[in-house]
Order: sequence, then C-alpha cells, then structure tokens
Amino acid sequence: MTTATVAGPATPLIKPHVSLGEGLSQTLTLAWRTIVQVRHNPWELGDYSIQPIMFVLLFTYVFGGAIAGSTGDYLTFALPGIIVMNMLFVTMYVGTGLNTDLTKGVFDRLRSLPIARWAPLAGRIIADQVKQAWSILLLLVVGMILGFRIGTNLAGLLAAVALLLTFALAFSWVSVLVGVLAKDPEKVQLFGFTALFPVTFVSNVFVRTDTMPGWLQAWVKLNPVTHLADAARGLMIGGPAANSVVWSLVWAAAIVVVFAPLSLYALKRRV
Amino acid sequence: MTHAIWAEGLVKRFGETTALAGVDLAVRTGTVLGLLGPNGAGKTTAARVLATLLQPDAGHATVGGYDVVRQAHQVRQLIGMTGQYASVDETLTGAENLLLIGRLLGMPRAQAKARGRELLAQFDLTDAAGRAAKTYSGGMRRRLDLAASLVGRPPMLYLDEPTTGLDPRARAELWELIRVMVAGGVTVLLTTQYLDEADELADEIVVIDHGRVIATGTPDELKAKAGAQTLAVRPADASHVAVVVDVVSELARGEPEVKGQLVTVPVADPAVLPGVVRRLDDAGVVLAELALRSSSLNEVFLSLTGRPAEDTETNGEPEGSVA
Repeated sequence: MTTATVAGPATPLIKPHVSLGEGLSQTLTLAWRTIVQVRHNPWELGDYSIQPIMFVLLFTYVFGGAIAGSTGDYLTFALPGIIVMNMLFVTMYVGTGLNTDLTKGVFDRLRSLPIARWAPLAGRIIADQVKQAWSILLLLVVGMILGFRIGTNLAGLLAAVALLLTFALAFSWVSVLVGVLAKDPEKVQLFGFTALFPVTFVSNVFVRTDTMPGWLQAWVKLNPVTHLADAARGLMIGGPAANSVVWSLVWAAAIVVVFAPLSLYALKRRV
Repeated sequence: MTHAIWAEGLVKRFGETTALAGVDLAVRTGTVLGLLGPNGAGKTTAARVLATLLQPDAGHATVGGYDVVRQAHQVRQLIGMTGQYASVDETLTGAENLLLIGRLLGMPRAQAKARGRELLAQFDLTDAAGRAAKTYSGGMRRRLDLAASLVGRPPMLYLDEPTTGLDPRARAELWELIRVMVAGGVTVLLTTQYLDEADELADEIVVIDHGRVIATGTPDELKAKAGAQTLAVRPADASHVAVVVDVVSELARGEPEVKGQLVTVPVADPAVLPGVVRRLDDAGVVLAELALRSSSLNEVFLSLTGRPAEDTETNGEPEGSVA
C-alpha cells in the first residue's frame, strides 16, 4: 500500500461559492445517478412501464365496450387521461428517492460536499422528467399499436407533452413534501396509492363527467386531473383545449406556491 | 500550535433535549482527536456541527480557519466525512459511488474514474468495484465509505463511529487504514464509544457525556486519571469482603465497588497486583477470583463521573423524522 496516494491531503484551492454553471453540472451528475439507480433496479422501470400498459389494456378491452360502446372509441377517450394519471404516479418517485437518501444517510453525505445546496433536489426532479418522458412515450406507442391516433398534429402532441411535463415539475413539490415527512420509502408509495388513486379516479379520466351524480360533478370539475385530461385530449385528438390548458397551468402554479415553501421548510427541519 | 478544528461553547438543542451543552474542542493539525462517549452523549451532534450539517444554537467553530456557519462552503472543501450518518448510495456499485463523488467535486470524468480505481485498489475493493454496495460485507461497506470521503483528498477527515458493528478483524484492518492516512498528514476527528479505539488511534481524547466535556487529555493521561485497568477480586468467603475492600482501596487508586462478593477497583498501574496478592495472603483471605482486565468505557465513566455511562438512545441524536 503506497501511503502517498491514499493519504497525502491536497492543499485545496478554496472557492467562496458555487457558480451557477457548477451547480447545473452537479445537478446533471445527480440526475445521472438516479438514472443509474434505475438500471440497477429494473423493477422500478417495470413499475412505471408495465402498470400503465395494464391500465390501458384493462380499461380498453374490459370496460371500454361497456363505457363507450366500442373499444376503439374508448381508447381515444381514455388514453390521454391514463397518461395524465400515470404522470402523477411517476412523480412519487421523487419522494421515494429523496426519502431513501434521507433515511440512509446519502443526503448528509451530499450536504457535506462543496456542491450547490439545491443540486440534490434539482437532480432528482430532472431525473424524474426523464422518467416522465419515457412513460409518456411508452403509453403513446402502446396506444398507437392498439389503434390510438393523434387527431391534431405534431405541434399539438408536443404541446400536450410539454404541459404534462410542466405539471409534473410542479407536482414534484408534493412528492418532495411527502418524501421528507414519511418515515420510510414504503410510506411514500403508500401515500401514492391512498391519496392519488381517489384523486385520479374521481375525475373524467375514465368516464365523462355528466354520467356522475351532481355532488360528485362539482369536485370532478374542480379536479386538476380533469383539467389536465381535457387539455391532453384537446391537444392530442382535437376539440377545445385553451380553457383547460389555462386551468392546468393555474393549478400547477398554485401547487408550487403552496408546496415548494412547505417542502423546503420541512426539509430544513428534518436535516 | 495551529488548530485545524476549533470549537468554543457549542450548544445544540433538539426541542426539549440538549444535545450539546457548551462543548469546547481543539484539534491540532495533523493529529487525531478522539471524541469518546456513550450513545447519545452528543458526539455525533458535535461532528455534524463541525461538518456544517447542523447549525449550532450558540457558540462557534472554525475548520481550517473558516467559520462552520458563515463559511460553510469553504469548510466543505476541506473535509471528508464518513460514518453512520453520511453513507454511500447502496444501489450504486463501488466504482459508481466514487465516480459520483469525484464528478460532484468537479473532476473531469476520466480523472474521477482514475481516482476511483486508485482508491478501490488501496482499500482492497477492486474485485467488488462492479457490484452494488448493498451486496458488500460490513467491513467492505466501511472501507468504501472511507474511500468515498477521501476522493477529494481532504486535509480533514471526520470518522463517525467508523468500526461500530464490525468484527475484530475488519476493525483492525480499518484502524490500519486510518493510521496510514494520519501518517500522510490528515487531521482526524474520530467519534467512538470504544475506549480501546480511542486509545489505539487518538493523540488526544475528549470525553463527552450529556453534551458536556467531562475530561480531556492524552490516552495515557486519561487512563492514569480514570484507571486504565480494573482489578476484580472475589474472596471465597463472604465474610472476607470487608478485608478485600480495605486492601484494594489502600493499594489501588479510587473507590472500590462491591457487587455481591465481587470487589472491583480501577487501577492505573498493573504493578499493584503482586502487592494485593501478598497482602490478602497475609490476611488469610482465600480467593475465588482474581483478575486484572482493561477498563470498559463504562468503568472509565464511573471513575470520571462517579456514575455509570447511561445508554440513552433518545438523547441528542434524533433519528431525523418529523412524521
């Protein structure tokens, strides 16, 4: 064992702060790390690949005929909504990953390094955008194999994807808060199921709002999932979209205003 | 005399609990300071404050001349941290973990990879480089932890209970690695609950309990003060306990403790043993047990504080959750 290489402390060049460029590069490095984690844990990839495909198949072929009279019509109606629903579930991985880092001590290691304070969180969220893009693409491809067709044009499709990614970015703050407050990563997943399932199902993702009782319609019409699903349908298959796009963005902004400060406060208290 | 790490009057409270109640510390450049204390004494809290992970409620500290609160970013460029609270990512491989840290420290990819390979070789992890860290044994995990804290060649290293939970062989290996680093000029802050570990590695020891420093000195000074070893005498006949107490309190230093028929007393000098045997023999005491053994941390605490070290898990180091 040669001592010089292990030990010999360098006399470091001490910098007074992290530059924005360094911070961005650290964010990308940490996002890379999250993607490498998926490579080592293919089950996670299965979670946001196989599960949404199951939903598409289940709703199209089991319920589609009964709900819309034809599986083809139903797929056109439901696929944009299923993409929205899946997007919300995928944001939970931000919280699960953050919680794992907090409970295992990885977060402290990162905080003891001379890196930008925001890089660990930003890295997670950027990585989540990659996962989001992957599952949107996957669902579109599967949908098209089953007969889904874009009724607008490429610009409409890209606008829909951009809207979904923007909303995912905003909704990540909810996931961050859950990730910080939860005792362990399983609790984050549990929240995903118990809170997100009702929110996503009690919307117009699977059935039209006018088929529901009046008291439920009031909530469904308010639900951001409904607005997002409407916006995605409008942008992908045609029809009015502007109104629901605006409401989706308003919801996204409101979520950031409420949850970003709460999350950062909770994180500061926990570490 | 230059101090690499220096702290004065550190106070840290977590709600009702006071983890640090005014701790002073000074670590000379190139030496090892052992921060010794039972679970919940405040050791880890002190290390976390000095690593910029926690802000003290009062007092201040500098590392390499930089203030840990106001110049935290500068401090982070000087330190490497390893231990129970600063871990590697167990889903990544050993090589990926080191690459990640190298990249975060601003090394170009090739340089970060080369540095990782170099460290893996030094720490005997080359064969495991491509395996996820969660498959590593306890000793391998600690070595990877240590390697991860050395990627940027920090002049100061914080080792937070580096050998807790390791078997004796892995423990000895890790000690050897730490000695090599110290020989290379690294300043080390070592927190430990083992007296023998502090004795093996530290140039100076600070004993901490309930967030307070209760003793400071070199290992030898501390052992002289507290009794490095414990003499245990058990007379065969219960009526002889009083005689035994008389003899040992005269020859050994400190107050003997009596538990049933067993009399124990801390001794600074093992040479008292023949004297004790002779005197007891003269007094006609037949012995059932006579032993001289290394003092446990508990016994050192007993002689320093007059009470045993309490193993208060809840005090000082909260498990972090607010849920």
